[in-house]
Amino acid sequence: MDMVCNFPAVSILLCLFAGIISSGLKQKVARVLNTVLLLVVITLSATTFVYTLATGSSFVYVMGKFPAPWGNEIRAGMLETFMATAFGIIMLLSLLGGEKKLHDEVEEGKIFLYYVLNDLLLSSLLALVYTNDLFTAYVFIEINTIAACGLIMIRQNGRTIEAAVRYMIMSLLGSGMILLSICLLYDITGHLLMSNIKETIEAISHYDTYNVPLMVAISLICVGLAIKSALFPFHSWLPDAYGYSTVSSAAILSSLVSKGYIFLLIKIFYRVIGVEIIRNSKIINVLFIFGLAGMIFGSLSAMKEADIRRMIAFSSVAQIGYIYMGFGLGTEVGMIASIFHILTHAATKSLLFISAIGLTEVSGGSRHFNEATGSGFRNKIAGIGFTIGSLSMVGLPAFAGFISKILFAQAALRNPHKMLPVLIVLGISTILNAIYFLKTVIRIYTPVESSIYKPLTMKDQKLYSVVIILFVIINFFLGLMSSMVTDWITRGLEMFS
Amino acid sequence: MGPNLLANYGEAVSMILFCIGFANLLLQKNLIKKIIGLNIMDSGTYLFLAEKGYIEGRVAPIVVDGIQDVEAYINPIPSGLVLTGIVVSVSVTALMLSLTVRLYRRYHTLNLDEISMRLKKEGL
Repeated sequence: MDMVCNFPAVSILLCLFAGIISSGLKQKVARVLNTVLLLVVITLSATTFVYTLATGSSFVYVMGKFPAPWGNEIRAGMLETFMATAFGIIMLLSLLGGEKKLHDEVEEGKIFLYYVLNDLLLSSLLALVYTNDLFTAYVFIEINTIAACGLIMIRQNGRTIEAAVRYMIMSLLGSGMILLSICLLYDITGHLLMSNIKETIEAISHYDTYNVPLMVAISLICVGLAIKSALFPFHSWLPDAYGYSTVSSAAILSSLVSKGYIFLLIKIFYRVIGVEIIRNSKIINVLFIFGLAGMIFGSLSAMKEADIRRMIAFSSVAQIGYIYMGFGLGTEVGMIASIFHILTHAATKSLLFISAIGLTEVSGGSRHFNEATGSGFRNKIAGIGFTIGSLSMVGLPAFAGFISKILFAQAALRNPHKMLPVLIVLGISTILNAIYFLKTVIRIYTPVESSIYKPLTMKDQKLYSVVIILFVIINFFLGLMSSMVTDWITRGLEMFS
Repeated sequence: MGPNLLANYGEAVSMILFCIGFANLLLQKNLIKKIIGLNIMDSGTYLFLAEKGYIEGRVAPIVVDGIQDVEAYINPIPSGLVLTGIVVSVSVTALMLSLTVRLYRRYHTLNLDEISMRLKKEGL
């Protein structure tokens, strides 16, 4: 076995240890450790990605001494390693971009805890991406929830604690369903490793027995993960949690935490239950309808908001709707479009959150829409970042959002039964997106005669400017090099089965 | 359906418990009652696992006097899963309780709806 095969396991363990060590460190050291850790994880994941790209196959890493049906395993293919790299990069940029704000919003003595939580969150995300064992996935889902809850409530005011409670309640309902579903699957198949479960399920479906328990298990796990990733009717916790926490938390929660659950769901579709059974079940139609509903209702709620942060949060509901709509199409192309949209949304939403904070900063700290008039001139780099993020979300060519929309449309054309609703809703949703995002862009570039707020130049905020520029570069990379990225995703999905 | 249900009454009870807990966690307004609901829900799942993992007349696979026939032992993994699950639910409960304490100190009520109304009035 090559040296590289150790990297996924090592990166998960490094994150866990860094979390433990950080809890005894001073704030500055913890911050440096966190940045170094993220850089190391990105390097390790990228190396593994290049390795899987070169060998063209995935590999299984046995944790401990027991071999497959008994032991615990990690599995890394192109898609997993690519996702791990992307998650690492977005997390690093979100943390660096929101760092200055962190000191204003969090008590001075507690900032080191923020880095502890981030280390744990990264470890659980990596474990969700890499693990080949369903029960390990459950345990790390809970770690992810707890760490995310900490990220929301680290800024102490009534709103965030209430948001954290609401988030925990919805998440725990989801976890309960996931746990029950895993128990049922274990009960039916007698295995916990994903590949073994899949073999047994294939054999079972051959004999046409256990259909009802299998359907119950599939629906429970789909609904559980949908609750956790804030699919439309379960999104009530989302606007407060994203709208009032510190900016890095909002960026990380919307672009990474929900995506970790969605990626786990994709893995369960492909590696646990098998795409054929999923396609023949009715559950994808349910996901499809709720996805479509989310695309419209999320945007409508965003239009009504007068608070920039909450508006971006509601826009997340719509984007999650897009992803589930892609699942609902039930085709390979639909899935590729969804995975591409995971990346697009992660890159764009964190850019929007980070640049929105720059805009509110030059508006006297008020997040109200009217106060932001002309803020694009007072903080130029944040204005540019927000504009590019908005254009990408609306779906202008050359930006990442355009590619995901065109992929969704192409996927819809291949599915005659669902083509019309997808194209209509895609059109409506794009118009709604354009209305509320461009409204904001026009507002921040409306000149005001004399402003009481002091402008900020790029020299005042070097790190912030660099972060925004990097986010913009990632956006253009996804938009302009999309054929390469979709090719990676396609090959990664082939490795899944 | 009837005889199956009787033979598997343990599983049936665990499912009823799960539903009771689920409804309480979702619908109760009082935070403490919600947490109790969470614990009932989790316990229902663990009862289900334990019930599935036990076969009457067999013992845990601890070798005392030589290895006996395979038929003499039960699968130890479900019990292990129950233990892991209990650890997870204890930590989650602790977190929920600590959040409840914080909210109570700030608003002197455990009713989540009332807290939301107060927050709207504060207009933060």
